[in-house]
Amino acid sequence: MSVTYDYKVRTTYTESVPALRAAHKRILQVPFTASLPVKGYTKRTLFIDLDTMMVKEKPITDEMIDIFTGGRGFGLYYLWQAITPQTKWNDPENAIIISPGPIAGNPQYAGSGKSLVVTLSPMTGIPIDCNVGGYFGPLLKFCGFDALEIRGKAKADVVVIIDGPAGLITIEEAPEETSDSHIAAELFTHMYAADQKDFQNVSVVSAGKAAESAWMGCLNFSWYDPKRGAVRLKQAGRGGTGTVFRDKKLKALVIRGPKMGANLNNADDLPAVIKVGKIINQEIHDHDDEQCRMRRQGTAHLVETMDAYDLLPVHNFQYGKHVDTPKIDSTVWDKRFTQAVPDRCWYGCGLACSKAADGHHVRTGPYRGDIVTVDGPEYENVGGLASNCGLFDPDWLLEVNFYCDTYGIDTISYGTACAFVMECWEKGILNAERTGGLDLTWGNGESEVEMLHQMWRGEGFGVLVGKGVRHMQRLFIKNGWGDPQFIMDIGMQIKGLEISQYMSKESLAQQGGYALANKGPQHDEAWLIFMDMVNNQIPTFADKAEALHYFPLFRTWFGLQGLCKLPWNDIEPPDNHEKYPGPEAAKVPAHVDNYLALYTGITGKPLDRKSLIEQSESVYNFQRVFNLRMGQGTRAFDMPPYRAMGPVTVAEYESRAERYDKQLKEIVGIDPEGKSTEEKMALHRTWRTDRYNQLVDAVYARRGWTPNGIPTMATLKKFKIDFPDVVSLVTPHLG
Amino acid sequence: MLIVNDEPLAYEPGMTVADVLKKRNYVWRMLGVFIDGEFVPRGTYAKASVPDGAVVKVIHQIAGG
Repeated sequence: MSVTYDYKVRTTYTESVPALRAAHKRILQVPFTASLPVKGYTKRTLFIDLDTMMVKEKPITDEMIDIFTGGRGFGLYYLWQAITPQTKWNDPENAIIISPGPIAGNPQYAGSGKSLVVTLSPMTGIPIDCNVGGYFGPLLKFCGFDALEIRGKAKADVVVIIDGPAGLITIEEAPEETSDSHIAAELFTHMYAADQKDFQNVSVVSAGKAAESAWMGCLNFSWYDPKRGAVRLKQAGRGGTGTVFRDKKLKALVIRGPKMGANLNNADDLPAVIKVGKIINQEIHDHDDEQCRMRRQGTAHLVETMDAYDLLPVHNFQYGKHVDTPKIDSTVWDKRFTQAVPDRCWYGCGLACSKAADGHHVRTGPYRGDIVTVDGPEYENVGGLASNCGLFDPDWLLEVNFYCDTYGIDTISYGTACAFVMECWEKGILNAERTGGLDLTWGNGESEVEMLHQMWRGEGFGVLVGKGVRHMQRLFIKNGWGDPQFIMDIGMQIKGLEISQYMSKESLAQQGGYALANKGPQHDEAWLIFMDMVNNQIPTFADKAEALHYFPLFRTWFGLQGLCKLPWNDIEPPDNHEKYPGPEAAKVPAHVDNYLALYTGITGKPLDRKSLIEQSESVYNFQRVFNLRMGQGTRAFDMPPYRAMGPVTVAEYESRAERYDKQLKEIVGIDPEGKSTEEKMALHRTWRTDRYNQLVDAVYARRGWTPNGIPTMATLKKFKIDFPDVVSLVTPHLG
Repeated sequence: MLIVNDEPLAYEPGMTVADVLKKRNYVWRMLGVFIDGEFVPRGTYAKASVPDGAVVKVIHQIAGG
C-alpha cells in the first residue's frame, strides 16, 4: 500500500509568537544605512561585539578584495585579526564570520545563493569553513554588508535582527523561545517579517539545543518555501559552527532584506550574466533527468552508485556495500520526496536539489507526534546516519536526520561518530555499563536517536559522542578500554574532524583529498575517486599531485564567490567528454568558462582559468599558514587513520581477499600464497603507508610547500600573502 | 579479449557497449565511453558494438562529492 504525504500539512508553532515577543527585552538598537552592492561588493562589514554590545562598521579595502576575494577569504582574514595562537574555540575573542562573496545573490546562474561561515573549530582547534545555502548570506549583502563578524559572548540568550528596509540593527534578549531550529526559524520568520508576503525576505540562522553540549554543533540557515508554506533549513554543518554560536548565547540571527530583484548585485554586465545563466539552466532542463536527477532526488541519487562501486560506507567504513542498500537508495527517496514543488535554496537555481520528505510523524523525543518536513536526506546523511551505522530503515533515518537538523548537530560527524561507537560496541570496547545502558548494535535506530536526545538534555553517553571521535579515542585509550592502536586505526577522523561518507581505501588520491584538506576531511575540497580508482586517469604520483593541486583550489573558488559546487559537475554538457578527452573533461571546461564570464559579468574584472586558480591559492595558502599559527599545519597533522587507507581487521581483508591478494602479487611484487591473513595485512600496511607518504611528498612539492607541509617564502610572495606577521610565523619553520 | 579501463575483460561475440558496462557493473549514468579512442554517444550504448581486441575507456564523470 502506498502512503501519500501532503506537503502542506505539518505542525506549526507560531501561535505563541506574540507572547514570546512580549518577553523580549531590547538591549540595543542602532540605525544603519542600507545599501545595495555595486558590481557584487558593498565594501562594508558589520561588526558586532556581544561582550560590550557594540555595533560598528568596518570598511573592506581594495587590497582585501584583491587578496582574499570574499566569502571564505574574508572569513579567514577577519578570524586571523580576531584571535591569537592561544585562543580556544570558546574564548570570547573567537569570531563567527558569515560572508556571501561577490557572485552570491545573483538569480541568473544556478547555485548562486551561498555564503561561507568561518570560525575557530571546537572539533579541530583550527579554522573551519562551511559553504551553506539558504537566504541569509545574499540578504546580508543586499542589506549592505559583504561580511558579518561577531565576537564576544552575550550574558543571556539574544537574537540579533538586521532589518535592511527599516535601517535598524537590534539586539534583544530572547528568553523563552526554543533554539531548536525547525521551531526557532519559523518563529523568528513570523516574528520579524512585516507580513506574510515578506516571509521570503527573511532568513534566520540558528542552532538547536544539542549544540550546547556537543562540539559538532551545526548552524541552520533558513529560507521560506512559499509552495509548502514552510520555513526550510540548510546547514553550515562541519566543525562545530553551531557550538560556537550557542556558546556566544546567540539564539538567532535574523536578516530582513529588500524584495528580491533581477540585479541587486548591480552587475557590471547583466546581459553577459543572463547569457551564461540561460546556458546552464537549459542544460539542466535538457539533461538532468538522464544524468544525476538532482531535481528529483538531490544528492541521494548517489547511494546505489556508491554501493555498486564498493564506496558506500558500511559498518564504520569497514565495507563498501550492503545487501540492504536498496531499502535506502534513491528509488526510495524518489518516492518519499515531494515531487510537486521546486526545491531550490536560492532564487533561479534550476538544479533545485534541496529535496524534502514531508509528513514525517516524529516517533521520539520532545516533538513526538508532531508532523514535520525533513530537509533531506542528502547522500551524506544516508551514508553516515544509515549505512555506516548498519541502519537500513528509511523512517528511522528520517527521524535521526530530523533531530540532527533541529537540534543543531552535524550529520556527517554524527554519522561517523555513531559508526565508531557501534564498532567499539561490536568489538567489546564498549558495553552497556560504559554506554549507560544504550545498546549500540549495528542498525539500532532507536539508540542512534536517543544519543541525540541525550545531547539535547546535556546528559549521558550521547554527550560524549557529541564531542567527536578524537575526544572519544583519547578517553577510551586513557580508560584502558581497548588496544590503543586499534582504536586509532578505526576512528575515522583527521585533524579532529570526522571523515565524510566515502570509502577511500582503494583511492590513494582520495586519501590525500581527505587528509590534506585544510579544515579536515570534507569531500568539498576534492572528490577524486572515479578519476583515480575507476577511470585510472591519474596513475602516477605526479598525476595525483596535479589533481590534488587543481581540484581543491578550483573548489575553494566557489567558497570565495558564494557559489554552490553542484551545478559545476553534477550536470555537464553532453559533449563534454567528446570535446575534452582525457582528464581535462573532469574539469568540465565549458562550465569553468561560464564561471569566468559570470565573475567578469558581475565584478567587471577580467579573469582567466589561470588567475581563477591563483585567486584560490592566496586564500588556500593563507589557511594553511593559519593552521600552523594554531600549532598544527604540518605533515604530522595530514595523516589519515589506517581504516581510510586499508583493511584494519581480518574480516575486512577476507571480504575483499581476491582484490588484496592480487594487489600484493601484481603491484607490490610479493606472492601471497602460503601467507596468513595477518601477514598479508602487515604487507599491505607497509605498502599503503609508504605510497601515501610518497603522495604527500608529491603534493607538497606541487603546492609550493616544504616536505613538512609549510608554504615556502616564494609561495607566500607569489600569492601576495607575505604579510609581516605571516613571514615571521613561517620563517622559523623553513630551516 | 578487451581492455577496459586498463583491465582485461573476456570478449563475447556480439558484445555491445551496454554489455561491457553491465559486465563491469558500471552503473553510473554520467559516462564518456571511447572505443579505440572513438567517442560513443550516450543513448547508443545498447546498439554500439565492441570489436574483439578493442581498448575501451569508460570515463566516469565526477559528480556528487
